[in-house]
Amino acid sequence: MSTSKGMNLTLKIWRQKNANAKGQIETYQLSDVSPDSSFLEMLDMLNDKLINEGNSPVAFDHDCREGICGACSLHINGEPHGPGRRITTCQLHMRSFKDGDTIYIEPFRAKAFPVIKDLVVDRESFDRIQHAGGYVSVNTSGNTVDANAIPVDKESADKAFDAATCIGCGACVAACKNASASLFVAAKVSQYALLPQGQIEAKNRVLNMVKQAEEEGFGPCSNTGACEVECPKGISLENIARMNREFFSASLK
Amino acid sequence: MSESKGLIKSHIVKKYWMAFTGLFLCLFLVGHLIGNLQLFATTYEGQLQFNEYAVFMTTNPAVKILSYLTYFSILFHLVDGIVITAANRKARPQGYAYNKPSANSMWSSRNMGILGTIIFVYIVVHMQNFWYEYKFGSTPYMMTEDGSAPVLKDGSVVKGGTIENGEVLLNGEVMGAAMRDLYTVVLEGFQNPILVAFYVLGMIAIAFHLVHGFQSAFQSLGLRNQTYTPIIKKLGYAFAIIVPALFAIIPIYMYLMA
Ligand code: HEM
Ligand code: SF4
Ligand code: FES
Repeated sequence: MSTSKGMNLTLKIWRQKNANAKGQIETYQLSDVSPDSSFLEMLDMLNDKLINEGNSPVAFDHDCREGICGACSLHINGEPHGPGRRITTCQLHMRSFKDGDTIYIEPFRAKAFPVIKDLVVDRESFDRIQHAGGYVSVNTSGNTVDANAIPVDKESADKAFDAATCIGCGACVAACKNASASLFVAAKVSQYALLPQGQIEAKNRVLNMVKQAEEEGFGPCSNTGACEVECPKGISLENIARMNREFFSASLK
Repeated sequence: MSESKGLIKSHIVKKYWMAFTGLFLCLFLVGHLIGNLQLFATTYEGQLQFNEYAVFMTTNPAVKILSYLTYFSILFHLVDGIVITAANRKARPQGYAYNKPSANSMWSSRNMGILGTIIFVYIVVHMQNFWYEYKFGSTPYMMTEDGSAPVLKDGSVVKGGTIENGEVLLNGEVMGAAMRDLYTVVLEGFQNPILVAFYVLGMIAIAFHLVHGFQSAFQSLGLRNQTYTPIIKKLGYAFAIIVPALFAIIPIYMYLMA
């Protein structure tokens, strides 16, 4: 396979020294970018260049680089994880762009996702939501029960699994005009609500996770559906409806 | 329990109310439309029928209860909408330098507050045009077709009667309250093309509000499954287009007719 001539790009990147600094968009020129490289490799290339020139590299989050950890979190040309569908930023490739393109790269924006540096945001608010109810009680005192000993109907098992594929990347929040975490919270609530193991804490789970999300400063849900479109794992809005139902019945109990 | 505080304050509960009042207002729209469609009958009988309908709508106790429910729903929906929109904005203090929301969502779903504001202005003007005019304004009184005798609220004609302060007198004796001629007020009002355009604009705003709102309300209430949701979505689109379109045709028709 031949790599044709590399691309020349204009990059408009959010630079911010630290959480308290006032950031701004900086413009960089990068040439000879292979269309076969990934988006993060393109940023690595830029950072090598910046370091060689004696400038500070652009900070961005990444870990697995294969779409499973949810660390990468860039808002690229107006969309979280860029123009592709069902992919994370690390799975985006430069062939999605053309020679001469200008690419805007910004951090995920939300009150509950404060910028730490450049493109890196603090997503611990998601962890605190998870701690508020995203768990089940299991017996670990020597007489553990095999999870498969409890029968689960196929449809529920499939739906719970689909919900569990959420990697907590925060693209749903980034895409939402209200920076709402509804899709994330709904995925976490549904994952357990659909299974018999999840019933013990079901009531407090939904009440506490929703409450935590609101206290973190995530907005209300307007059902625009932007989250579902941008979610790299295709988490369905069906989960939000389920969360709304669960919240209602939990409130009456 | 401590969670109950979240119950009152929660965004989700605010959205239940938004959806509940919004759907109630959709029912109201259907009722209102059925009444308005009588305006298409342009004969004297049509005029009389519409004015009798106006009497019924302002005196029937069941209608009264429904109208208070409607006022309450509009006000609650309005205040709740303002509170929700404020919370929406607060959640992202710093926006994107470059954002492309059209890639993932419908315009109407992102602009429910603006559409709602237009609808609110429309409602205020509309109430002033007809409701205030009918109740407190100088609405003319309904006469027989040849203009010779006044008509009472119950539809009976008083030959030789005269109208004073809204009451029909015959030889100095009060025969009853005179029927007001709302039909003519509507007909004359819609001779103004600016008002016609304003009404059409109001209906366009409602159409866009409901294109998103109708199905969104079911989602907010958690009413979703694989069988019904596709039907609800189609029904919502049909409702959002057909109902406002029928409302909007009336002023255009009355403008062209005269
Ligand atoms: C008084 C003027 C109105 C205002 C200010 C207003 C405002 C709003 C706002 C801001 C929302 C979206 C809230 C969100 O972000 O989720 C909304 C939703 C909605 N509105 Fe209105 N609206 C008005 C009138 C109406 C009318 C007349 C109807 C029906 C005939 C209606 C039906 C709905 C429905 C069904 C929803 C969807 C509820 C949901 O998403 O759960 N609205 N309205
Ligand atoms: S729901 Fe989707 S977009 Fe949101 S955090 Fe989970 S994987 Fe990311
Ligand atoms: S770096 Fe792990 S999902 Fe992108």
